[in-house]
Amino acid sequence: MLAFLHQVLSGLATGGIYASVALALVMIYQATHQVNFAQGEMATFSTYMAWKMIDSGFPYWAAFLLTLVFAFVVGVTIERVIVRPFYKAPVLSVVAVFIGLLLIINSLSGAIFDYTIKPFPSPFPSDAWYGSPYLSSHEVGMIFVTLMVLALIFAFFRFTPLGLAMRAAAENPVSSRLVGVRVGWMLALGWGLAGMIGAVAGMMTAPIVYLDPYMMFSVLLYGFAGALLGGIDNPWGAVLGGFIVGVLQNLAGAYVVGTELMVTVALVIIVGILVIKPSGLFGRTIVTRV
Amino acid sequence: MATLDTSRPAAAALFAGLSLRAWKVIGLAAVLAAACVLPFTISSYQLLLANQVIVYAVALLGLNILTGYNGQFSLGHGAFYAIGAYCTAILLDKTGIPYWATIPLAGALCFVAGFLFGLPALRLEGHYLALATFALAVATPQLLKYKDFDFLTGGVQGIVISGPDTPGGLPLRSDQWLYFFCLLWTVPLFVLAWNLLRGRTGRALMAIRDHPLAASSMGIDLARYKSLTFGVSAMYTGIAGALGALLAQFVSPDSFDLFLSIRFLVGIVFGGLASMAGVFFGAIFIEFVPNLADLVSKAAPQAIYGIVLIVCMYLMPTGVMGLLRALGHKLGRLVAR
Repeated sequence: MLAFLHQVLSGLATGGIYASVALALVMIYQATHQVNFAQGEMATFSTYMAWKMIDSGFPYWAAFLLTLVFAFVVGVTIERVIVRPFYKAPVLSVVAVFIGLLLIINSLSGAIFDYTIKPFPSPFPSDAWYGSPYLSSHEVGMIFVTLMVLALIFAFFRFTPLGLAMRAAAENPVSSRLVGVRVGWMLALGWGLAGMIGAVAGMMTAPIVYLDPYMMFSVLLYGFAGALLGGIDNPWGAVLGGFIVGVLQNLAGAYVVGTELMVTVALVIIVGILVIKPSGLFGRTIVTRV
Repeated sequence: MATLDTSRPAAAALFAGLSLRAWKVIGLAAVLAAACVLPFTISSYQLLLANQVIVYAVALLGLNILTGYNGQFSLGHGAFYAIGAYCTAILLDKTGIPYWATIPLAGALCFVAGFLFGLPALRLEGHYLALATFALAVATPQLLKYKDFDFLTGGVQGIVISGPDTPGGLPLRSDQWLYFFCLLWTVPLFVLAWNLLRGRTGRALMAIRDHPLAASSMGIDLARYKSLTFGVSAMYTGIAGALGALLAQFVSPDSFDLFLSIRFLVGIVFGGLASMAGVFFGAIFIEFVPNLADLVSKAAPQAIYGIVLIVCMYLMPTGVMGLLRALGHKLGRLVAR
């Protein structure tokens, strides 16, 4: 029982990471109906920036904040320069462009920071959390940071005019433009925010899996799985889906298949959801009009 | 997406008294003749590269049937290439089956695998299918390494096999024989695909790609066509994988990672979607560009693929074949004038 509880709780901790990635994916999907395959690589690159800053003597939280700014700028720039021309392009071109981005950013991470595996510091103490047998301090910190991010995002979209404008731009671009919302910039802002959320996820993952250019591959897949489970057009569903997938993955790893088939579990979850309920638990079912 | 070409100014044009069609036949014959002479004129290493290009062309043709003609996205065709390669390697390693008999078996296995994966994929469109196949590509090396399959797959070490020998009486080196063996598979496969795609079936596939709703209201059975296309596509790529295993004489999990699948995608995008000749340009590209990229930058070899993908989508969404076709039309108009 103790072991089971431990698996569930640490599943929630990794689930927080997946929830963040899922949220970043859903934010971009809602606004543009594009699935950002480069999300994980953007996060990895930002995490490398944080590593570089910490390595050259910055205090952790200063590096953390600067990394968020960096991730935001990168997100906005990518949207403005590379993704923008493909806004109305067929799916095939869009996916090809995202895969291209994935390759480029992955190579850049490797080329600039080399491919050796690096330890990444955790801002939280390294011992167990108040002597708890279930969770380490980093895991508790991870859950806390994830919830903070979600609360901030919620507050931003719910209580600020800018958040309202962004929601409007995603919901109904034409009308928003008529009332003076600059839809193009709202999409770019969405990309910037998604980049920031991804960067947080990257910096929280890195202490566990160590920093290397491929570290977000499986995280991205689980993020996808979470987003699909919750419904890819529903941010809250995606967050919940991320947590559920985190727990499922941990339980499957502990009791069913072992840790060697982690990514395969993600594949099974993704295909399973898409076959049984493609719109996810909380998503809208898409009806095509003839 | 490709648009219907109704103008065809070049079709009527005559170059030196022969129609364009006749020129195409002559060109094809010349290429085939050149392909037959090639192994006697180049070094063993160059022959290996040329052979790999042919193998990739078959794999790309498989992906192009699915993605280019039928509009179904796959970021996971490396998985079918891996199944084909492992099928041949395991059969050669564990049983006494002759090497030539493993190729159709690998093809059949991949057809079934592709068909089965295509069944759930039926319900997926666009991004979702890309996602599911992306997951397949990421999971492939892990599945191949899995310890419970070790007795078959050899785990992380992979399987070493011996290449085929020249059958008795033929005055060929073994690598030259392997080249002709691959060619003997490639030519019929291309003829088969050409016949499949130019007629009723091909039109149905393209109708599904361009407007699934209209296609189904014309009486095209979407489910049947799409899942069968997935199977056929996987079969082509699987046969390519089997030939590739004979060529490399070695299979290991890490050579079938996500980047292999992405290279296939780059290949068809570069060569031209929905183009049979384009796959050769794509195959040449994905075979030789890594070497060039290594010269430019040792640290970022994959970046060049990424850049090519994005630049292609910007500047030539129809790929090399699209460019050539556009040039041909210009030329045709000039001559006709």
